[in-house]
Amino acid sequence: TQQSFENPPMYVAVMTYLGFGIVTLFGYFRDFLRAVGLEKCHIAREREEQKDFVPLYQDFENFYTRNLYMRVRDNWNRPICSLPGPVFDVMERVSPDYNWTFSLTGKTIDNVINMGSYNYLGFAENDGDFLKTVADRTQQYGLGVCSTRQEMGNLAIHEELEQLVATFLGVESSMIFGMGFATNSMNIPALVGKGCLILSDELNHTSLILGARLSGATIWVFKHNNMQSLERLLREAVCSGQPRTHRPWRKVLIMVEGIYSMEGSVVRLPDIVALKKKYKAYLYLDEAHSIGAVGPTGRGVTELFGLDPSDIDVMMGTFTKSFGAAGGYIAGKKELVDSLRSHSHSAVYASAMSPPVTEQILRAMKCIMGLDGTTVGQARVHQLAENTRYFRSRLQEMGFIIYGNDDSPVVPILLYMPGKVVAFSRAMLKRKIGVVVVGFPATPITEARARFCLSAAHTKAMLDQVMYTCALLPTHVINIGLGVSMG
Amino acid sequence: MGSPQVVRVGNNTSARLILNTWPLVCAPAYHLVLEGILILWIIRLLFSKTYKLQERSDLTEKEKEDLIEEWQPEPLVPPMSKDHPSLNYDIVTGPPSHKIIVNGKECINFASFNFLGFLDNERVKQKALTSLRRYGVGTCGPRGFYGTFDVHLELEDRLAKFMKTEEAIIYSYGFATIASAIPAYSKRGDIVFVDEAACFSIQKGLQASRSFIKYFKHNDMEDLERLLKEQEIEDQRNPRKARVTRRFIIVEGLYINTADVCPLPDLVKLKYKYKVRIFLEESMSFGVLGEHGRGVTEHFGVNIDDIDLISANMENAVASIGGFCCGRSFVIDHQRLSGQGYCFSASLPPMLAAAAIEALNIMEEDPEIFAILREKCKHVHKALQESPGVKVIGEAYAPALHLQLERSSGSRDTDVKMLRSIVDYCLERQIALTLARYLDKEERFLPPPSIRVVVTIEQTEEDIEKAASCIREAALAILK
Repeated sequence: TQQSFENPPMYVAVMTYLGFGIVTLFGYFRDFLRAVGLEKCHIAREREEQKDFVPLYQDFENFYTRNLYMRVRDNWNRPICSLPGPVFDVMERVSPDYNWTFSLTGKTIDNVINMGSYNYLGFAENDGDFLKTVADRTQQYGLGVCSTRQEMGNLAIHEELEQLVATFLGVESSMIFGMGFATNSMNIPALVGKGCLILSDELNHTSLILGARLSGATIWVFKHNNMQSLERLLREAVCSGQPRTHRPWRKVLIMVEGIYSMEGSVVRLPDIVALKKKYKAYLYLDEAHSIGAVGPTGRGVTELFGLDPSDIDVMMGTFTKSFGAAGGYIAGKKELVDSLRSHSHSAVYASAMSPPVTEQILRAMKCIMGLDGTTVGQARVHQLAENTRYFRSRLQEMGFIIYGNDDSPVVPILLYMPGKVVAFSRAMLKRKIGVVVVGFPATPITEARARFCLSAAHTKAMLDQVMYTCALLPTHVINIGLGVSMG
Repeated sequence: MGSPQVVRVGNNTSARLILNTWPLVCAPAYHLVLEGILILWIIRLLFSKTYKLQERSDLTEKEKEDLIEEWQPEPLVPPMSKDHPSLNYDIVTGPPSHKIIVNGKECINFASFNFLGFLDNERVKQKALTSLRRYGVGTCGPRGFYGTFDVHLELEDRLAKFMKTEEAIIYSYGFATIASAIPAYSKRGDIVFVDEAACFSIQKGLQASRSFIKYFKHNDMEDLERLLKEQEIEDQRNPRKARVTRRFIIVEGLYINTADVCPLPDLVKLKYKYKVRIFLEESMSFGVLGEHGRGVTEHFGVNIDDIDLISANMENAVASIGGFCCGRSFVIDHQRLSGQGYCFSASLPPMLAAAAIEALNIMEEDPEIFAILREKCKHVHKALQESPGVKVIGEAYAPALHLQLERSSGSRDTDVKMLRSIVDYCLERQIALTLARYLDKEERFLPPPSIRVVVTIEQTEEDIEKAASCIREAALAILK
């Protein structure tokens, strides 16, 4: 499968830097006006009684927030008041003072096409029939658990879910946790520690980086999806050992993700597995976005590449995206999971998963596996693959610069300049399409982008509407480039 | 730029100097700049240290292949014995409510932190079901990308009003709340004074923040003052650095490890004397202490604005999932861009938020439940006093007490085994208790092994009597 990452033309990079430069200068000017008193200062202030304390924030730390982010922050944190399905209702906000404060008007923008939520298989639904078992569990169990897994929070339904996840992935056993982010940050320290080496992809998620830092292991970063870079680091690690003492490393753990959510790229799994076998390293695969979303039956990147799940030492994933619930899991060999049952920070100190959420995952997973007696799950997996293929190929035909793998349901469209990104988001919302835009610092400074997340619940009509709305936007908002065909 | 003219200058040194440097001054500007940079570079190179070349850089390919062949890493996880105590969980079939079925036996629940009984509350369940029918289960996105629902905004608003602060921010997991809040404010170079008995999530937050951490003895204000005074002397030595070093004191309202309360009025005095900010972790005291359940600030009558940040999880008294931080907007708003667990994680499922809102409604409508809970706590505390061989750790009004061995056997493993036998004995006789669990190797100050006894509002006098007598018998039988 193809992965493409076109580079922007030179003039775009220059214009972007210029743009940032101008806005920064303007920011300094505004700060000066605020300091002098010519401009009203909207920023929240420290208490009078604490004015002589060391300031909680340094001025320069918040420069970006004050002067750049504030002006455009209406494009994020948009509140909604309906199910996050293929269409949703966005609550209208107005700001009398250029985004320093918002107030809700009480009106909603109805039936906005949702291209932002991670609803890959369309399990974000409120159909009474589908959710009957979840409602029953809520009635029977209540909402919380009020205890940790090791104390009094280990419910029988948790164990049932763990067995189902293990069967789904084709591994020996699994363990579930109440939060996807915390699954990484609380379990990586239980697997590696001081004297171990972590080889982490450049674009790994914050939770992986936090987990790696909390573990105390040494972290080396290799270029995104670049096998030469990874091999060079592996050879260096095995041949040279730890820096200065040259003792051999206790363990080497390679951390990669299935689908990278900002790039839409898919990990080169066969190459990494070959490398890991050659150098006797361990592989930690974070399938937050890829579980359920890729692969002929939705089993993730291992299935996509036709690999044996036992080749991956630690399979991690979340239930937030393709299963419409919350939480995460780690799966693999029985020894691994047993070790986590006693050493995971989450098992000892954090709350167990809520029962209705557990039931939602159970029903969604049974649906995908076909255990509920229907083919609804498989139909959704196929529909998602269809939608992905269609959307990507049409956008490319139209001339947009798209990143990522042809199979990935995450579709970033490069817009490069920060101003365009903001205008794009506002223009799309006006035309009743909700998109996610990301800029610096979440992406490199010249690669601001809009990101579409496809869902099995999107109909062809919705996708067509999105594509044509994009194409018909005025060129000052989005410059598609040469060779636009609208056929 | 002509050649220097011949001029009679005699022995006048300054004039000679001017003449000799005249061509220099006449040279074009870029030339001067370039030469200046080169000179500075040479000076730098002369003064920088030299370092040895790596010896390993000249390994032959064959040698490298051999090393790769020979290297044997440790197994990914260390081998574990089958009967490791933390491997065999107690299995709860059915809901973890007042009558709980543990390992197949129906017991009275003295182990789940369901202080106010909201786990079985019909109103809470109904509100959650309404939310389920409207929003489904998950939010499918972080707060920044269409994961902000009106229920989240409502819950934040209600929490801020309940605690009488300007703003509140909610997290989707209790553990992540304080563990994300601390590194958002305290960075490398800042100083944090923490109580030794601080819970694990605070420790992880401190580790993520990379600040200087100074532990003071549990609830010992003199020790804290000593540390603060030492820091003051340090500051006078280096006032410029002191002006930019932030300082924080982190304490819990009711400590989960020792079940006692922090001396908040004294802490506030120290705050203003030494100009340190206070972060208060109220997971165990929210919904428990205070006339209206507002926590330890209400309990002591401290002005809530004096506390910079209050953090609590909603997994104890509120019986939902998640956590929140509240305080002034100046402090809380920063987490919306810097709190990792907030920005990079999916938001709280709406039905859990709706349950929390309903729990808050009940707490506001019916403040007598807090007094009733406190009565029951006193009752349990008193009833457990007569147990031989075990001592009760904790305040009389704390809802989660610890039972420790009066005399330790010397080895932690043996102590744990004895306490586990007491727990098993009680489970046999239909009282559900649990050992307090810790990660032995990860805790900084590992508390002694203990049994957790949790008081909930649903326990009746008979239940408490039964539990107390059961523990007494167990202690007599096992600890002779």
